[in-house]
Amino acid sequence: MKNQRERKSSYRKELLLQGNEAVVEGALRAGCRFFAGYPITPATEVSEILSVKLPQVDGAFIQMEDEIASLGAVIGASLTGVKSMTATSGPGFSLMQENLGFAIIAEVPCVIVNVMRGGPSTGLPTLPSQSDVMQARWGTHGDHPIIVLSASTVRECYDMTIKAFNFSEKFRIPVIVLIDEVVAHMREKMVLSDREEIEIFNRVKPTMPPEWYIPYEDTPSGVPPMANFGEGYRYHVTGLTHDIRGFPTSRPDEIGPFIARLHRKISQHFSEIQMGEFFQTEDAEITVIAYGSVARSAKRAVIEAREKGMKVGLLKLITIWPFMRSAVEKVLQTSKVLIVPEMNMGQISREVKRVNRGIAKVFTLNKVDGTIITPPEILSRIMEVS
Amino acid sequence: MPEVTKLIHKYLRHDKKFPHVWCPGCGIGIMLGSLIRAIDRIGYEKDDIVLVSGIGCSGRLPVYVDFNTLHTTHGRALTFATGIKLAKPSLKVIVIMGDGDAVAIGGNHFIHAARRNIDVTAIILNNSIYGMTGGQYSPTTPYGMRSTTTVYSNIEQSFRISELAVTAGAVFVGRGTVYHARLLDDLMEKAFLKQGFSVVEVIAHCHTQYGRQNRLGTAVEMMEWQRDHALPVEKALKMKSEELQEKILIGVLVDKELPVYQDEYEKIRERAKAGVGR
Repeated sequence: MKNQRERKSSYRKELLLQGNEAVVEGALRAGCRFFAGYPITPATEVSEILSVKLPQVDGAFIQMEDEIASLGAVIGASLTGVKSMTATSGPGFSLMQENLGFAIIAEVPCVIVNVMRGGPSTGLPTLPSQSDVMQARWGTHGDHPIIVLSASTVRECYDMTIKAFNFSEKFRIPVIVLIDEVVAHMREKMVLSDREEIEIFNRVKPTMPPEWYIPYEDTPSGVPPMANFGEGYRYHVTGLTHDIRGFPTSRPDEIGPFIARLHRKISQHFSEIQMGEFFQTEDAEITVIAYGSVARSAKRAVIEAREKGMKVGLLKLITIWPFMRSAVEKVLQTSKVLIVPEMNMGQISREVKRVNRGIAKVFTLNKVDGTIITPPEILSRIMEVS
Repeated sequence: MPEVTKLIHKYLRHDKKFPHVWCPGCGIGIMLGSLIRAIDRIGYEKDDIVLVSGIGCSGRLPVYVDFNTLHTTHGRALTFATGIKLAKPSLKVIVIMGDGDAVAIGGNHFIHAARRNIDVTAIILNNSIYGMTGGQYSPTTPYGMRSTTTVYSNIEQSFRISELAVTAGAVFVGRGTVYHARLLDDLMEKAFLKQGFSVVEVIAHCHTQYGRQNRLGTAVEMMEWQRDHALPVEKALKMKSEELQEKILIGVLVDKELPVYQDEYEKIRERAKAGVGR
């Protein structure tokens, strides 16, 4: 009887979903119950759908007066213990940089989806680009760690949004999901099922009595437990550099360890955070390193090159930041040539060159005209440099 | 220890490293006193209060009091407060801002929070200057006055914060001065109890920056100026506009009813669950 009831409540649906729709489904599955945003192409679908779905599940949606306000509201909501997110594109992401830094220093979990468009400025609102890779890393001022994930399929939009929430809750850090317009608006078949086991992580709350709670105390993981507003642990949250109690400090012996911990809590979990895929790289003499929709074209190009008898592989980056140094070092064991195709002037290729340190030849393939990078373009680049 | 001091101490964070950052004679302490007395009168639990601030001298206020406290980015306090209130409506959300915070960098957030009628109280300390950064002119620095960035005279017209709040749709707007501390207590109590977006503008002095640059005297002399120029809003109704030129109207400017955002949102949830509108 019990089993029957369970089966009734469970679901398995085959859907034709857009990347942006998959982001919404992933967010809801992860437990997101608050969204604040401002309309912007090509991310608007995320807002529109969540404005319908969040009130159905006792969540809240609000359209704010701008993107600065949107991220402010998201951080406020998260401080009460509610998983929160926003979605935007380049110009809005620029406005969010201020409060992004706040979420980093105050260690408030939240998720920001950035459906990239071409820039600078208003740029190319409806055309694909990957030009926010460096903005996602360094857009907000000050030394800081960040986690940035990408997606090249609709399914990955779903999975990476869930991962983004998990990482943000686990490491108390804003997590950015970078999607290019192709993936955001492309429709693919996706199976949505609650029978599938998906890990959902909720932030660790303090268990000690409130008078013992030290809100920013170091722990073995580097992540202190987080009390929600209104649950008896009254503490101070500030964007100023603070001591372990959360109070502003300008003492060198408190500032140094604090900033070091912010970085360490991410760096000591690199292996968990860094996700990517190796495709036919075991014996690859040439490796293509790609992410987002470009990784799809790259995979096709690799298959075709293999058919021609060339030893070519693909390293697909899913985690963009922290940069996957060890994965690049792994392909460098066999590859003498690396090719980095990107829909920008060369943002990840700089990182590849930094890790490469002259071991292999690194070639770029950059496209910034608002069109996608096609498999033939990557294949001809492979032929050209081999 | 007098009763009033005991009351204040009940709400201070004694583990915070006092002394505070404010200059001797500053009006912010008086505002904080009123805030605490109003909260105590209503009898809120400390756990139920979230005190949110922006940046500047007033932004430092929350750190000293034993509530859930949040010191946000410059001008953005109301946006954080909006998220808190919507995510957890049981919390009483109070926002402290300065004049630069509220109507310069945060001006857009201010008018939209008022328009939306989110149930938050905004307390704005208006001292007509950017104090913490060293005395630059703000949107409330009067025409013709001096600051470190208007050494030849301020050529801009100033905002009237309360009137701006009224126009933007705030359901409760009160103005007081730090000279009129008892009035401030009452205004804050009324604002906290009001459902919807309530505003208390607190006219204060900055003798260190604004006062010194404009030769307005000591903190006490500047407070005497507040006494001499304040006029209860009820009296002003019977006076001609020429007579009100130099006056600061104090008291309750607006107290009206409008649908409150989170109550309306509750209706949206019901509609969404019933499948209405889709």
